Amino acid sequence: MTRNNNVLIDFQPDKTDMRVHYCNALIEEAGRNDKILVIDVDTSSSMGTKPFYKEYPDRAINCGIMEAHAAGMAAGLSATGYVPYLHAFGTFASRRVYDQLFLSCAYQDLNVKIIGADAGVAATSNGGTHMPFEDMGIIRNIPGMIVFEPADAVMLPYAVRYMAETYGNFYMRYVRRKTMRIYDEKAEFSIGKANVLREGNSIAIIACGIMVYESLRAAQMLAEEGINAMVIDMHTIKPIDSQAVIDAAKCCGAIVTAENHNIVNGLGSAVSEVVCENFPIPLERVGVNDTFGEVGTQDYLMEKYGLTARDICIKAKKAIGRRRGM
Amino acid sequence: MSICEVLAVLYEGVMNVDPGNPQKEDRDWLVLSKGHCGPALYSALAYKGYFDIELLNTLNQNGTSLPSHCDRLKTPGIDLSTGSLGQGISLGIGAALGNKMKGLDNYVYIIIGDGELQEGQVWEGIQFAAHRKLDNMILIVDCNKRQLDGYTNDICSTFDLGVKFSAFGFEVQKADGKDCGDIYRALMDSKQISKSIGKPTVVLLDTQKGQGCSFAEIASFNHYMVVTEAMAEEAICEVERRLQKALEKEQTDIEKEGQGR
Repeated sequence: MTRNNNVLIDFQPDKTDMRVHYCNALIEEAGRNDKILVIDVDTSSSMGTKPFYKEYPDRAINCGIMEAHAAGMAAGLSATGYVPYLHAFGTFASRRVYDQLFLSCAYQDLNVKIIGADAGVAATSNGGTHMPFEDMGIIRNIPGMIVFEPADAVMLPYAVRYMAETYGNFYMRYVRRKTMRIYDEKAEFSIGKANVLREGNSIAIIACGIMVYESLRAAQMLAEEGINAMVIDMHTIKPIDSQAVIDAAKCCGAIVTAENHNIVNGLGSAVSEVVCENFPIPLERVGVNDTFGEVGTQDYLMEKYGLTARDICIKAKKAIGRRRGM
Repeated sequence: MSICEVLAVLYEGVMNVDPGNPQKEDRDWLVLSKGHCGPALYSALAYKGYFDIELLNTLNQNGTSLPSHCDRLKTPGIDLSTGSLGQGISLGIGAALGNKMKGLDNYVYIIIGDGELQEGQVWEGIQFAAHRKLDNMILIVDCNKRQLDGYTNDICSTFDLGVKFSAFGFEVQKADGKDCGDIYRALMDSKQISKSIGKPTVVLLDTQKGQGCSFAEIASFNHYMVVTEAMAEEAICEVERRLQKALEKEQTDIEKEGQGR
């Protein structure tokens, strides 16, 4: 667990889309590593990878609309020493190619970086068909896969570099449009090590992705009621930072998880597994309650699915109440 | 069993491989997309010298390095793991593209079943390979006309594969999958043609499921069979008889050639 003091106090929306930060980071990394390839499935416009095609035309491959082949081909390319980054909407980068990720990539220990954009409600107007509430859950069931979701554009370049430098299969989900800036430029990250963004001892809020910002807001709201919340950015849900979860459980005695994902098999499930096996305490999960997505603005969808700071506060108080009743 | 002949030709006459250095950079690759044919490939690898022939007796035994389906992490000489049908072709295309990008002058051979062509991913890969003009990959279709549940044409016809592959932008070669000489001709022609016209080539191999073993060939269900010791003996005798016949023919041919001089 990393105690991180480099959290911004005054949160502001980023001025640039995450996909722009992403592509810039990938171009920079490709300058250092001539094995990096971009693979798209008719997604270079929506994923924002077009500048890479301009910079490295010989290292960018747009397959057309064929996710299954693209995933298998990426695995084959990696067997010859290349480091392919495969881009698609989160739904199609996960559930549509599940068997390819399982057998062509992970089962044979190859080296593919899968980037699933439009995490959860960020799919907005693309609606339920394109809204991945299940991607992290199904992929964390694949042995050896590393699954994570960066909270903002400061962590994103770190993640791009880490994937390039670390052999193995990764699934990164992220929001391709603007998000809130959480970290300042000096922040440090380590995949597999949670970041404690705020100290507290009444309740631990463990979140990932866009829910990190909601959790920090919830902590401010709880503080006004005298509840001192710890906030943890659990950007890596596999391998989960078990020690960070155990430490938080011991310190606070109650936990709320917050994810822009189905509560079944996502971050809440992963944290629950650690808590139940090591230090059982009351735990509540904020997330999508096992249902499908639909069209709407991100704010509307967050309200609808109960993903706001207010929802986190309600669950936090419930968990604290259960602890008192123990 | 329908791919034993093509494997023998590939490993003994066509592919550039080194059993002492299975990972050598400029080797030719083989991807057995119909991964359930692992046992046939293991025999070829053993005879080629990748591992001790005695290891073949451990097939599918607990803890073996020779599992039913090909596994690159377990068996020397296996370039890519396969078993989920339709995926091997994409893996092979990725390897061919990677080798080409690296400037290597090698080939990737992909063996796929005719029943396997029912998988949609296969046609994604074929379309991609043709579009990218991958002239360093040769696709071999084992047209044994049968699949697990019966005859392919009864279950879901593949229709005219020559026409289909041509329409998808492949150069099409045909060969008798029981005739090693014809297979060799088709593969060598394919290598030359692919490079000269800048297209991927497919070799449609006319084979028979259970090939080379009479009781397996005629069995109504032969995707997998329980083979008794007596049946195994019978199959070995059949192979030996055929081998003897071939050797006698070769001897006669040599004598005729000598008399002709």
